[in-house]
Amino acid sequence: MKETEISKHTISVLVDNEAGVLARVIGLFSGRGYNIESLTVAEVDAGSRLSRITVVTSGTPMVIEQIKAQLGRLVPIHKVSDLTLAGPSVERELALVKVIATGEKRVESLRIADIFKARAVDATNTSFIFEIIGSPEKIDAFNKLMEPLGLAEISRTGVAAISRGTLMM
Amino acid sequence: MAERIMNGSEVVLQALTDQGVEVIFGYPGGAVLPLYDEIFKQNHIRHVLVRHEQAAVHAAEGYARSTGKVGCVLVTSGPGATNAVTGLTDALLDSIPIICLTGQVPTHLIGNDAFQEADTTGITRPCTKHNYLVKESSKLARTMHEAFHVATHGRPGPVVIDLPKDILVAPAPYIDPSQVQHRTYNPPVKGDRSQIEKAVEILASAKKPVLYCGGGVINSGTQACKLLAEFTRLTGAPITLTLMGLGAYPASDRQYLGMLGMHGTYEANLAMHDCDVMVAIGARFDDRVTGNVDFFSPGSTKIQIDIDPSSINKNVAVDVGIVGDVGHVIEDMMKIWKAKQYSVNQAALDAWWGEIEGWREKRCLSYVQPADVIKPQHVIRRMHALTRDRKTFITTDVGQHQMWAAQHFGFEHPNEWMTSGGLGTMGYGLPAAMGVQVAHPDATVICFSGDASIMMNIQECATLTQYRLPVKTIILNNRYMGMVRQWQQLLHGSRYSESYSETLPDFVKLADAFGFTGLTCKDPADLDATLQKMLDIDGPVIVDVAVDDKENCFPMIPSGKPHNEMLLGHETSGDQAIDSDEGMVLV
Repeated sequence: MKETEISKHTISVLVDNEAGVLARVIGLFSGRGYNIESLTVAEVDAGSRLSRITVVTSGTPMVIEQIKAQLGRLVPIHKVSDLTLAGPSVERELALVKVIATGEKRVESLRIADIFKARAVDATNTSFIFEIIGSPEKIDAFNKLMEPLGLAEISRTGVAAISRGTLMM
Repeated sequence: MAERIMNGSEVVLQALTDQGVEVIFGYPGGAVLPLYDEIFKQNHIRHVLVRHEQAAVHAAEGYARSTGKVGCVLVTSGPGATNAVTGLTDALLDSIPIICLTGQVPTHLIGNDAFQEADTTGITRPCTKHNYLVKESSKLARTMHEAFHVATHGRPGPVVIDLPKDILVAPAPYIDPSQVQHRTYNPPVKGDRSQIEKAVEILASAKKPVLYCGGGVINSGTQACKLLAEFTRLTGAPITLTLMGLGAYPASDRQYLGMLGMHGTYEANLAMHDCDVMVAIGARFDDRVTGNVDFFSPGSTKIQIDIDPSSINKNVAVDVGIVGDVGHVIEDMMKIWKAKQYSVNQAALDAWWGEIEGWREKRCLSYVQPADVIKPQHVIRRMHALTRDRKTFITTDVGQHQMWAAQHFGFEHPNEWMTSGGLGTMGYGLPAAMGVQVAHPDATVICFSGDASIMMNIQECATLTQYRLPVKTIILNNRYMGMVRQWQQLLHGSRYSESYSETLPDFVKLADAFGFTGLTCKDPADLDATLQKMLDIDGPVIVDVAVDDKENCFPMIPSGKPHNEMLLGHETSGDQAIDSDEGMVLV
């Protein structure tokens, strides 16, 4: 890979679930000028009070290395793992998509939702809210198709990711 | 040992005592009154009252860097904490272990914009290595011990513990340090064996090696400095030190090339540019060292040893990165070198030293001391000569005088040079000297300052008087913010915008007002006598030395230029304008 080539990386970070830990991670990215494409966080082990942060970022190989090293030296961080480099991984995101439409457009939106296996979780005579789960690219494609049909509002969770097979972080 | 129940303030004091703290620099206020009450009642820890919280941190930095111990600070909430921020940032950039206790409003008032409330953990998050807000008494003792662990392990740095007032009075259990293990933060000190072997192999085959060493060696300890000296002998390589590394290797040694970087020596910078193998040891390729990274040491194989993984490949891509404590890694490198019976390529090394001697002949730090005006470099040189037989510590403020001190005072031992390197904090010198003097009451402590810098923490003269700290402050007075003036001359068409010191106090009267001695010197013929008089006075002294106000600090690598395009003062006669728009936007 060329040193100047910018690539997207999904990084998983296991942290102590304590006050301020998210601010530390976000402050690191903003303070050093790194890019955050998406970031998700939730507790994954209540017993040992561990949270998992999944951050999608982009940069040159040197910048990505630097991001991981900077994350690694934050005190409440247990582990940093670059899922993009570690091997194949599953990445999923959930989106709620509100489409406001009537007539043929309304019907068409339902048909597309069916193709994408999106579920209607709310409906009125003039609107739907679809729940769609998939890779970010799938959600992007879905949204693009919904746009001419009356796409009104989108709420996305950001990416949760995990390595395939027996590999653990 | 079972838990003992005390009040919060007692827990804090007990933890400090058990962590070996002897001195704390601080300033009281509402939120920390319970702690000050506890300080009043005990005799283990000495409190030094500063006159501004920024100075408390700088004093703790001076204390820490001159002893190798942790520096301790105690300030109140709100303005106490915000005033400490500059010092904390300074300690972060220069990797100085500091524990800073800040008062906080009681937990039930946090977030209510209470009197003297500030979001201290929020404000100090980016300027500390780590920080804590203690909201539960049960976690107080553990947090105190963890903070010391974090401040001193891995790359050292400042740690803030924010202490709400109710936590300071409520009953809290005490546990001693041995009962606290850190869950996540245990950085390794040993480097990776295969990387070290690779590094030794590369170094042994070098024709033009150079060792580039920084403050990390000093942080690693005096033993690491001894190992570095052995290693340097073993490899026969030239060695250069960063501003923060001065003293890690004796300046008088033949293999020492002087400081490198923007105001480093010609031979050090040229050796860095032309070397074929560079070993960076506890140094972080700061922009003041590298100049333009695109042209930085283009032909060399680079090896970097650092305890902080994020220092490796940050500014400059290296070929071999070794994460570990420099003392441990150097020791391993020497073991491998000897076990594998490597030897240096003597013919190549002789040729390399031949080149270096050629650069040395430029005598890039030379100056002429005329009969009518004192050259600032001369003051530093004379001070060095007059203190050679004493245990002497030097602190500086920031600017031209700092660079002259770094260039001309030959440091033979580690921990005797205290300066604000990374942050470049004017006002660092005097309080840092205070901290050094508190730690070394019988040593000679000299603060080189400028007429602008000294004004930034001048109030600390009162602290000197109160504690009878015989700090000697030498003001190289050119009536300018000299480094600003130099840049304006070189880069901004000699338009000296706001850099002239229009009204300076009479420093002799000022010293007198604070209760100690002030001296002045204008005539080069009086310089030695004045400096000797200063040394002979048993108490603090300020010496106001009128120096050549047109003198510039050379050699200099202008911003944006590579190492081999440095300006030498005596060739450019100090008048050369740098024709570079690129340089103008850089710092």
